[in-house]
Amino acid sequence: MEFLKSPPPPIRRLELEDPAAARRVAPPAHPANGNGSSAPGGFTGARRSIGAPQFSIRRMEIDDVSVSYSNRDAVKDVSLPVRQGEVLSLIGPSGCGKTTLLRSLNRLTELTSTAKLSGRILLDDVDITLIEPTLLRRRVTMVFQQPNPFPMSVFDNIAYVLREQGSRRQRKKTLEPAVHSALDRAGLFEEVKDNLDHPALKLSGGQQQRLCIARALAAEPEVLLLDEPCSALDPQSTQVIEDLIVKLRDDVAVVIVTHNLQQAYRIADHVAFMYLGDLVEYNSATALFGSPREKRTQEYVSGAFG
Amino acid sequence: MDEEYTSEYGPRWSDQRVERMLGVLVCTVVGLLLAMIVVVLIKAWPSFAHNGLAWFGPGGNVDDQLNAIFLSGQAGAEYVYTFHAWPLIWSTLLITGGAVFIALFSALFVAVFIVEFAPEWMSNVLQPVVRFLASVPSVIYGLLGVLVLVPFIGNHLVTEPQKASVAGVISLTGYSLLAATTVLTVMIAPLMVSIFSDGLRAVKPGWLEGSLALGVNRWRTTWKIAVRTARPAIVAGTVLAVARAIGEAVMLAMISGSVGFAPNPADGFIFIYEPSRPLAPTIVKNIDQLSSPPANATLFAIAAVLLVSAAFLSLTGWVARRSMRKYGAA
Amino acid sequence: MDASVATPPAAPPPASAPQRPAKGAVEGSATWRLSDRIGLAICWALGLLFCAIAVAITVYLFIQGIKFLKPSMLVTPAAAGFSQTETGGFSDALVGTLILAVMGISLALPTGVAIAVWLVEYGRPTALARITESTIEAIAGIPSIVLALFGTVIFSSTALGFLSRSNEGVVFGRSFFAAAAMLSLVALPLIVASTREGLNSIPPHVREASYTVGKTKAATTRRILLPASRPQVATGAMLGLGRIIGDTAIIVVLLGATQNFAPVEDVPFPLNFLRGAGTTLTNFVYEASPTGNLNQPQKAYAAAFVLLLMVLALNGAVDVVHRRARKVGTWSS
Repeated sequence: MEFLKSPPPPIRRLELEDPAAARRVAPPAHPANGNGSSAPGGFTGARRSIGAPQFSIRRMEIDDVSVSYSNRDAVKDVSLPVRQGEVLSLIGPSGCGKTTLLRSLNRLTELTSTAKLSGRILLDDVDITLIEPTLLRRRVTMVFQQPNPFPMSVFDNIAYVLREQGSRRQRKKTLEPAVHSALDRAGLFEEVKDNLDHPALKLSGGQQQRLCIARALAAEPEVLLLDEPCSALDPQSTQVIEDLIVKLRDDVAVVIVTHNLQQAYRIADHVAFMYLGDLVEYNSATALFGSPREKRTQEYVSGAFG
Repeated sequence: MDEEYTSEYGPRWSDQRVERMLGVLVCTVVGLLLAMIVVVLIKAWPSFAHNGLAWFGPGGNVDDQLNAIFLSGQAGAEYVYTFHAWPLIWSTLLITGGAVFIALFSALFVAVFIVEFAPEWMSNVLQPVVRFLASVPSVIYGLLGVLVLVPFIGNHLVTEPQKASVAGVISLTGYSLLAATTVLTVMIAPLMVSIFSDGLRAVKPGWLEGSLALGVNRWRTTWKIAVRTARPAIVAGTVLAVARAIGEAVMLAMISGSVGFAPNPADGFIFIYEPSRPLAPTIVKNIDQLSSPPANATLFAIAAVLLVSAAFLSLTGWVARRSMRKYGAA
Repeated sequence: MDASVATPPAAPPPASAPQRPAKGAVEGSATWRLSDRIGLAICWALGLLFCAIAVAITVYLFIQGIKFLKPSMLVTPAAAGFSQTETGGFSDALVGTLILAVMGISLALPTGVAIAVWLVEYGRPTALARITESTIEAIAGIPSIVLALFGTVIFSSTALGFLSRSNEGVVFGRSFFAAAAMLSLVALPLIVASTREGLNSIPPHVREASYTVGKTKAATTRRILLPASRPQVATGAMLGLGRIIGDTAIIVVLLGATQNFAPVEDVPFPLNFLRGAGTTLTNFVYEASPTGNLNQPQKAYAAAFVLLLMVLALNGAVDVVHRRARKVGTWSS
């Protein structure tokens, strides 16, 4: 019973000087931070001056695709076109199947043993299940949510793709132009040209993600898949990458999954809204954000849920 | 009622006190290691002092030398220290080198197999198998070697003309480099496999996924990304296996042939059938001579060589792993 | 599809965090070069070879063991004799192994756990922590024959004469105490490594939760962290036990290389046995093999079989611990 003799000291309570301050919510400092604004009116402002697409060619066709993980449906009967010259954005609350749909475009879902896919996905009118996965993944490359540069030098990260595609080990000199041009297309070359031999993991988060994009571009893909590429990045890096994505849309068909409605609004030409595995609405970005047809879309873009 | 305030968990077990007690224990263990190094070196000194660098060189019959050293320790005689350990060192190098080389190669493939390619049922079988092979006592390996492998080599692999060709120098009975290397490989490879596969499992999945998403096939991804990233674990496993191989005494005493003979590659292919005796088994074989002071010093000198090689190995491994971490590998 | 917008997803599909590619997910072999395919074939071949070796060792020792092991061997000590029927069994060796296992692990387990706790939970000053880590790593790399030789020096010192047979100031330095002390060093690195792994796998918020309610670090370690890492501690202890019962070099050097117990006179039980020389199964197998002094291969097989059964039992126990730990689950970090 010694604790009775020496009672524990009283707990000191922290007093808030202004109780209301705790409840006050700071306004988003930068539009990239906001996850949906208070009203659809938030999207009526001008889109970034990227201009309308110059052209658009249909490259991929998602036809009635369903994906399930051990009998749990993640994607249900989705049909969508993917066009070169445009940016297609998949939006929706987390767990709505948008990432799964993206992964099925280059057959990465096959790496999960429980995943089952039905329906057809066509790349240039060829069913992708008929294409060798490794060849398909060179034509349809992917950038992930978490920047995942390999634990090698910056140069080797890009050269890795080229070396593994060739049948013989190439010398560093012969790979240099290709590596430089990939870094250049990702807008990273100027920043890293003096330290190509530095470890890639020492780069900043935004640079790492652009390195991953450069790596994906080095494979000379036809379709580029981006899975929430900016969600781990600060606003500044986000803006750099968004500019880059828009710049790329003429060379490759771009599909981007994003959680960030402002981002979708800024860069996408077409937007697909998914909810619980269903494709709820597919429309041009201005139409979907400005005058959504479906009630669920309207609620989502106005920030009612998600 | 809270036990912190009872007498048992009161001030008597305060954090400072516990930390101090644990600190003392840790210092004791560290001190013990330092004491061991010092004691072994001091005990070994007479042998090194008398022979100088010739200790490591060739010259004369090493078994005769050991015998003379032991006998000189009897009362009244003048101590003899002359000892040229080259045949023992050469045997250690050959057996350890051969076993580590084969084991490294096969352990790497088996670890890759377990972690990346084996079907679920196969890796469920292989993992316990590897753990079992790693836990079989070395004396059992030695027994099987001496009763199964050695007679097999002696009776079936070595031909009569081969025996005759070196008849004047050494007799080929099956106790051989081949037997020793084979059994040692089986002993250390599982050790490597378990450390390698831990390393491979720790590779970030994002890197593998990233490589696969670029259209690099599973095999190349494994070797270029996973194995490359797991190099520190591979070095660590190899260092531990080499240390085990160098220090293996009893099993090698049983099947190496226990002759202070340096197998001669100039004899051609049959040199792998020649007997020898590495350093560590020499201590075991002559352990009853510890009471003779010069023999005692000689055995401690051998132990010192083993100890220094082990320390040197850990150091090499440490340096190698450090340089590999430069690019952020696990 | 009539799911209301407001209902949250029933079961969240797999998160988009990177997942380890499934093992079966190997693409068709069209882009596999010949060398890649040969490599995979080597993988299979070596994997099957490992299995074959394990099966061969087990089956062979079981056959020989069942053929030569007689129950009487387990209860009769070794004796001098001219034929294998007269030389008795190996009961002393069996008991010796058990004694050393108990003594060795009861020395190594508390020490190892304490060192691991210090390394993970305290670890100050940092320099000492690093030195300790290297020390443990170094001990793991030291050949046990070197440890044994070192043991002869310490335990022959007159100050430690009470741990072995001593006669007019001359200390024999070979006893169960001596062997157990050195064997515990062999087991130590395994226990430290395993316990550290267990402690490290406990996320920091668990410790913080305990400190928040006013527990000391010591109490947290004892009441929360160590119980939570019990599976790893047990695994380490069993790996250590395996090394202790499997070691031969230390036994040959530090247990006196006798074939029977050699208790010290005029000392109360059980100290008379523990201070005396003895033998273990590994030592018996070594001595009974054709290279040893006894040369009774049949009894060597029988003893090796008993030893193998012990090792298999330990392996099984590790398996059980693992499976149980997986069933209990753990914190998310």
